[in-house]
Amino acid sequence: MPKRDLSILIIDENRSRASIIEEGLREAGHQRVLVIHDVSDVARTLQAAMPDVVVIDLENPKRDTLEHFFSLSRAIQRPIAMFVDHSDEATIEKAVEAGVSAYVVDGLKKERVKPILDMAVSRFNAFARLTRELEQAKSELEDRKIIDQAKAILLRTRRLAEADAYALLRKTAMNQNRRIVEIAQSLVTADSLLGPEE
Amino acid sequence: MSLIPLSAGFLPLLDSVLLVLAREKGFAAAEGLDLLLVKETSWANIRDRAALGHFDFAQMLAPMPIAATLGLTPLAVPMITPMILGLGNNGVTVSAGLWKRMADAGAPATLEAGPVGAALKRVVQASGRKLRFGVVHQTSSHNYELRYWLMASGIAPDRDIEIVVLPPPLLPEALGSNGIDGYCVGEPWNTVGVKNAGAHIATVKASIWRSSPDKVIGMRAHWAEANSEIVAGLIRAVHHAARWCGESANHAEIAQIMSSPHYLGLPADLILPALDGRLDIGGGVAASVPDHFVPYERAANFPWTSHAMWFYSQMVRWGEVVHTPERARAAAMTFRPDVYRSALAPQGVPIPVSDSKVEGLLAGPTEVAATRGTAVIGPDGFFDGQVFDPARIESYLEAQKAQQ
Repeated sequence: MPKRDLSILIIDENRSRASIIEEGLREAGHQRVLVIHDVSDVARTLQAAMPDVVVIDLENPKRDTLEHFFSLSRAIQRPIAMFVDHSDEATIEKAVEAGVSAYVVDGLKKERVKPILDMAVSRFNAFARLTRELEQAKSELEDRKIIDQAKAILLRTRRLAEADAYALLRKTAMNQNRRIVEIAQSLVTADSLLGPEE
Repeated sequence: MSLIPLSAGFLPLLDSVLLVLAREKGFAAAEGLDLLLVKETSWANIRDRAALGHFDFAQMLAPMPIAATLGLTPLAVPMITPMILGLGNNGVTVSAGLWKRMADAGAPATLEAGPVGAALKRVVQASGRKLRFGVVHQTSSHNYELRYWLMASGIAPDRDIEIVVLPPPLLPEALGSNGIDGYCVGEPWNTVGVKNAGAHIATVKASIWRSSPDKVIGMRAHWAEANSEIVAGLIRAVHHAARWCGESANHAEIAQIMSSPHYLGLPADLILPALDGRLDIGGGVAASVPDHFVPYERAANFPWTSHAMWFYSQMVRWGEVVHTPERARAAAMTFRPDVYRSALAPQGVPIPVSDSKVEGLLAGPTEVAATRGTAVIGPDGFFDGQVFDPARIESYLEAQKAQQ
């Protein structure tokens, strides 16, 4: 008899991250994946979905609420934290570092659960990387805007060509051992203080 | 000399204050420790990360290290509690609507657990639906005290009322939106409920179980053994922080420090009342509760093994563990008065020489034998006058079973 597909419940207040994990699990062939965003809904969901594995982000302040639901629930077999098994500390360590926690119905073989957890961990990490890159892209865009403003000031007040304005900013930054955007920011601030009242 | 880094997890609660002061007022640095405090979002995270060694130690709910030692929680590793982070600090807060019904049923606005509980029983009997109360964690002093108070007032938890778990900062909001009718939580979240949700503080831990511990320092037993010098330094640092915290002249500054976004992230005027023991309990009533939060006096930081035993008795009472003499012994030995004493006695601090006491014998402050001269402890015990003698735990459990 083929093994029954495991039912997986994902609880994550972050909707984008939740869908990235869901997608990963579906791609890996899991059909019974359910996502909820608020732990308060979980009592109903546990009854309906009877999950074998529950994945929740560690930042969720309602982890304690969830664990209490588990201890009360008679509808499902009592799930236990994946952490209960000390034999695989590396997996636990990776999961906690990525910010994932999981609960698994007692008696499930580790070989069946580990790929699910590994998938969740890698998607959590991928999401964190994406977020970081997005932040970086945003801040680079901000920097460019400030440098453009500073160049415009130099164009106006010193009547420099654009390339020369940039060269001047860069040279000043090098001389003062600071970043170009910092020099540009000082210039923009000074200009707003000293410039004509608007 | 470079400082030894020491990391600790905490939750945004007033009784993280001793750890915060140990860092902010330089008491930890004076002991050669660089205390790094990490704010966490759940007790489950504190438990997991302390067990994994991400934290060297953590602020924990008093029953947590016991549950870990007994293997009741995920990732259970033996834990110890070498020090208590203060006595009291909890309250039971109810919604404006529930308080009105309780007051109509005779509840006095005096925070006295007995008459307030009797009024709640009348309300519960007359209520058309099951009232719902929130606590911060299943394995918490809040859960056990709330249940004790209810049961001794003739209200059976689970049967007559429902108890749910929510993190402290979410409780006032849940009360405001009518998700729950009341909650048991540490400060400042009772005061926040009064100020922001029009709630009423019905009774306090200081009335239900006098001079009782709430948060503790919890750490892995193996780690503590391997790092005994660091543990002793930490105990001394927190001891000095506690003494400083106990001076009322410092309360305004403490409230200011705790209001920082790194710690509670709340206005200082919501933090000060609990420090001063002057609570706004709702409806414009101010109550003076001098022992609401006791950070230092009355041997507040001393880990009585009898306190550990009482928490254990409640775990048995509510079906979380089956009693055996071995488990009772393991629970008692989670609290380590010997570790506490050996860190501080050489400094000339008077520390009780006894490890255990019978709960409920001290009607007022009482002198007991100490490592140097005497120490003053108490009053202690429960609002219903029941006495807990840890040496006779079986008969205590029997009596509680009969009550249910």
